[in-house]
Amino acid sequence: MDSHISTPPALELIGISKSFGPVQANKDISIRVMPGTIHGIIGENGAGKSTLMSILFGFYKADKGDIKINGRHTLIPDSQAAIAAGIGMVFQHFKLVHNFTVLENIILGAEGGMMLSQSLSAARKSLKKLADDYELNVDPDAKIEDLSVGHQQRVEILKALYRKADILILDEPTGVLTPAEADHLFRILDNLRREGKSIILITHKLREIMEATDSCSVMRRGEMVETVKTADSSPAELAELMVGRKVLLEVDKVPAQPGAPILEIENLRHVDEQGVERLKGIDLTIRAGEVLGIAGVAGNGQTQLLEVLGGYAHATGTIRVNGTELDLTGKLSDGQSRRANGIAHVPEDRHHEGLILPFTAWENTAFGYHHDDRYQKGILMSNKAIKQDAQEKIERFDVRPPNPNLAARNFSGGNQQKIVVAREIERNPEVLLIGQPTRGVDIGAIEFIHKQIIELRDKGKAVLLVSVELDEIFALSDRIAVMFDGHITGERLATETNAQELGLLMAGETNTQEAAHG
Amino acid sequence: MDFLTLLQVLDSTVRLATPLLLACMAGLFSERAGVFDIGLEGKMLFAAFSAGAVAYVTGSAWLGLIAAIAGSVLFALIHGLASITFRGNQLISGVAINFLASGLTVLIAQNWFKQGGRTPSVFSGGRFEEITLPFAETLGSVPIFGPIYADLISGHAILVYIAFAVVPISAFVLYKTRFGLRLRAVGEAPDAVDTAGISVVRLRYTAVIICGVLCGIAGAYLAIGLQAGFVREMTAGRGFIALAALIFANWRPWYAMGTCLLFGLLQAVALRYQNIDLGGITLPVQLMDALPYILTVILLAGFVGKPQPPRAGGEAYVKER
Amino acid sequence: MDKMPPWADAVLVPVISLLLAAAISSIVILAIGENPIEALNYMIEGALLSSAGWGQVLYYATNYIFTGLAVAVASHARLFNIGGEGQAQLGGLGIAMLCLFIPFPHWTLAFVFAIVAAGLFGAAWAYIPAVLQAKRDSHIVITTIMFNYIAYALLNYMLVNVLRPEGAMEPASGNFPDNIHLPTFQEMFSYGDTILFRSAPANVSFFLAVIACIGIWVLVWRTRLGYELRAFGQSESAAKYAGINPARITIIAMLISGALAGMMALNTTMGYSERLVLNASEGAGFIGIAVALMGRNHPVGIFFAALLFGFLVQGGTELSFWTSIPTELIVVIQALVILFTGALDNMVRMPLVKLFALGKGDR
Repeated sequence: MDSHISTPPALELIGISKSFGPVQANKDISIRVMPGTIHGIIGENGAGKSTLMSILFGFYKADKGDIKINGRHTLIPDSQAAIAAGIGMVFQHFKLVHNFTVLENIILGAEGGMMLSQSLSAARKSLKKLADDYELNVDPDAKIEDLSVGHQQRVEILKALYRKADILILDEPTGVLTPAEADHLFRILDNLRREGKSIILITHKLREIMEATDSCSVMRRGEMVETVKTADSSPAELAELMVGRKVLLEVDKVPAQPGAPILEIENLRHVDEQGVERLKGIDLTIRAGEVLGIAGVAGNGQTQLLEVLGGYAHATGTIRVNGTELDLTGKLSDGQSRRANGIAHVPEDRHHEGLILPFTAWENTAFGYHHDDRYQKGILMSNKAIKQDAQEKIERFDVRPPNPNLAARNFSGGNQQKIVVAREIERNPEVLLIGQPTRGVDIGAIEFIHKQIIELRDKGKAVLLVSVELDEIFALSDRIAVMFDGHITGERLATETNAQELGLLMAGETNTQEAAHG
Repeated sequence: MDFLTLLQVLDSTVRLATPLLLACMAGLFSERAGVFDIGLEGKMLFAAFSAGAVAYVTGSAWLGLIAAIAGSVLFALIHGLASITFRGNQLISGVAINFLASGLTVLIAQNWFKQGGRTPSVFSGGRFEEITLPFAETLGSVPIFGPIYADLISGHAILVYIAFAVVPISAFVLYKTRFGLRLRAVGEAPDAVDTAGISVVRLRYTAVIICGVLCGIAGAYLAIGLQAGFVREMTAGRGFIALAALIFANWRPWYAMGTCLLFGLLQAVALRYQNIDLGGITLPVQLMDALPYILTVILLAGFVGKPQPPRAGGEAYVKER
Repeated sequence: MDKMPPWADAVLVPVISLLLAAAISSIVILAIGENPIEALNYMIEGALLSSAGWGQVLYYATNYIFTGLAVAVASHARLFNIGGEGQAQLGGLGIAMLCLFIPFPHWTLAFVFAIVAAGLFGAAWAYIPAVLQAKRDSHIVITTIMFNYIAYALLNYMLVNVLRPEGAMEPASGNFPDNIHLPTFQEMFSYGDTILFRSAPANVSFFLAVIACIGIWVLVWRTRLGYELRAFGQSESAAKYAGINPARITIIAMLISGALAGMMALNTTMGYSERLVLNASEGAGFIGIAVALMGRNHPVGIFFAALLFGFLVQGGTELSFWTSIPTELIVVIQALVILFTGALDNMVRMPLVKLFALGKGDR
């Protein structure tokens, strides 16, 4: 730090706070980014990284706090001001016009004159120079939709540089890149750093932080937990900071008594709609009376694993429930067939999948099970039976307010989640898939939901738990499998591992024995 | 069919294609900017009435044209208010505008002129007269080319020439200017426009107003170019044929001209021949009427090159995060 | 998260929209040089103060109930069926072919078969746009508009070239047999010397419309299909999670919608004109959009909105007899209702939301 004392930070945030209604997305955040450095911001989904960046780019106004650029107070009321202040942003979802050429995308909003031809030829020249300077080669006349994701990202970077950005912010830039493309990106960023640009790299991938950044801030639940020099830190330390070292939630449970295998998964592969392979040969077995926790940083294939098991994404490979093989691509690969096979599913995203928010609580308690015999009365649905059932579930799960006629959107996160968990668990399924069971859920509800999961296990059922909260994984799991980049990088008994080892596995390190002991 | 008949049919094609073309280009600007517009019909109708009424009262075709544009832009602004400012459903707004025009035109016409919801006939001065291009008469005697020039190219109202001039101008504006680049971008990816520091709202309002202006000219042509005064429902579904043509042309100016000429030809043929005999098979006139729509549906089904509407069309832009 | 109590959303928003429409219409009436209060008096007198007036109102309302329900069912699955006009005309075609070519011993039998024919023809006309939407992603609003015009051309052809009796000039079919004449309200409700609903077109189809209201209510809120329909309409991602097939729901919703629109023609074709005429839909396919918007897609709301529009249309006709206000005033009101309840919904809603938020803040 001493060597920088004469130059002001390229970017300094001082005490930034931002709330949305009762939710505080950013609490008193301060960061300094020196010129010619790469600063990482790491944190889980919902940690508040995106909000912070939106404030920097003029999408939101901070409730409190200051922004200084090169030591000067700067107001950023809109994107135009951000661009003028020398901030360039590469969004996670690219802001490109898919059927425009690279050049057209680059000049959009920075055309210079009324007529395009001059702007285009000027841009073509400076593009050539930027490409040579920073290894940013893209065919200027190619259409965006014909480019690979990696090249599209280069266009985004070029857009920022064309607008003379000195501070470049990249939001989860490698989420969609192949490893080779990611390596290339980091070479580009390195070149930019050498030219004196300041770069903020937002990511949840530890490896990138370790490889690319000079310093790094960890965010959790809207707060800046710590800022470290990358060289003085370790992946394991960062992983722990990220998922939080909050008091371990103790769950009363007896050691598991695993029985016969219930859920068997062999060589499961899934390619998403963009053609990216998200599951790259998953093998897992869950026995009766056992909770298998899938640990891992978000975005490594956990979501797709749940979707395939839940019946709404197609895959290849084999899935068996109690020996019966499931249909993975045909007519019987839908949510209803999965439920008939004894698989219940608490999805990761209750707002978009688990609940119909405008529906009442009682309507939601039948969602996905609306074909159940007990809900029918001849050709009609028996709303009475559903309501009665809902009332019972609401009482047993202590949903508040205990009003089944209230729309789902009017319940708090914890109570919404209780409705979903009640619906899925109360049917005594053979297999329970449960994703992020306590995301956005208050402490009281967390304990309750955890207890329900263990109870189901003790009835001799199989539970597949996906969570990005490491302490939740530890609290509930009997066995822990770690997912990284569509693979299982390791499986451990919960009693025989620790956060450090899992942190390494989550970073893609498979050889933890050597790393931990050697 | 002899040469003279052919010329007459083609001449009538040009006349009938003109309002289609203007409305189609109007829709092109609006929809290219991401604002769907099924209210072309209504805007055109209201413009036709405004033109007929003002031209009758003032005796000036040009004042009629100005009134038509003003009326149409007013309706366009209602659509903009609903779909851009209040982020309402653009389709429902279009439906409302069509009814508003349908009702208001007759209501006002009846109140003002008491002729059953039409304006009195507009005579010379109030109409856009047919223009004889230079040398049309001298060249008329030249075989083949002469009649084509004298009867087909020459002898239309000025608005016809304007309509066909709108095509290259639009193509130039869309593809060669900064405004065109931004306009096309806002219909595909308003987030890209927004993050580039350009106002999505202002761009879209501009597009909607251009749409209003062109619908205004289309309406004026119907009332005081093609005919001599406003008659109730005189647009007769042309706004929807224009919409079909727009889809058919895949939202591109030159193709729009081609499609509108094709649809105009269908109308001209249907007008001249009731049923068409094709060696034993008789094509009923109704089939000719329905053909633009049938062709569009087949095209929409995507069996022959699926149309690619602007990606952000129909949706109000809400800033993410 | 709920910004307003449900009753405000269901009643207050449409009522305010209606008041806005009424206010603007009053201005229009004033501009014409008439008195809005007087105009309303004429309308009420002509439409509501005699059974004959009511007979007209109920006749129109029957049309609007069917087309309103048609729009609403599609709307619950988040589909905008703007093709009610075409589907209704096809329904009329189905009825006409049945009534003209099959001899029925009694109107009841004919009516039952006509319901089926109207429903089938209407549904068939909705089926193609539905499949194109579900399987080929073709925008259903555009295809249903196109199908309206194709239907019009088809009907024109059928009436001019096929169904028109020899020698007749008018593009219309021959008259249906007398013995399948549907009982009108006048025939059903007049007793002794008291003649009610004198020469009003309201007929037994009205009761079918009421049954349709109940049926659709049951379907949407009491069956699995309705449950899936609403779930799909609210959230496609959640529907997939629950194992609901989007293509299947899209097609079924449109079939039901088309069938309802088709049945509208029972009232106009079999109940009133007793032959097929051009434009048997009488524009009701479009008014259905206003009715569904105003009735908040709920059968009870639609029933009352249809009555309201029936009143407006009948009242408007009366108005044009006694004043210089043409019937097109009703079209303007209809447009304004669509504008305020549909497109400018947020404009009406936002101040209300703020108002309710204020009220809550005080407590």
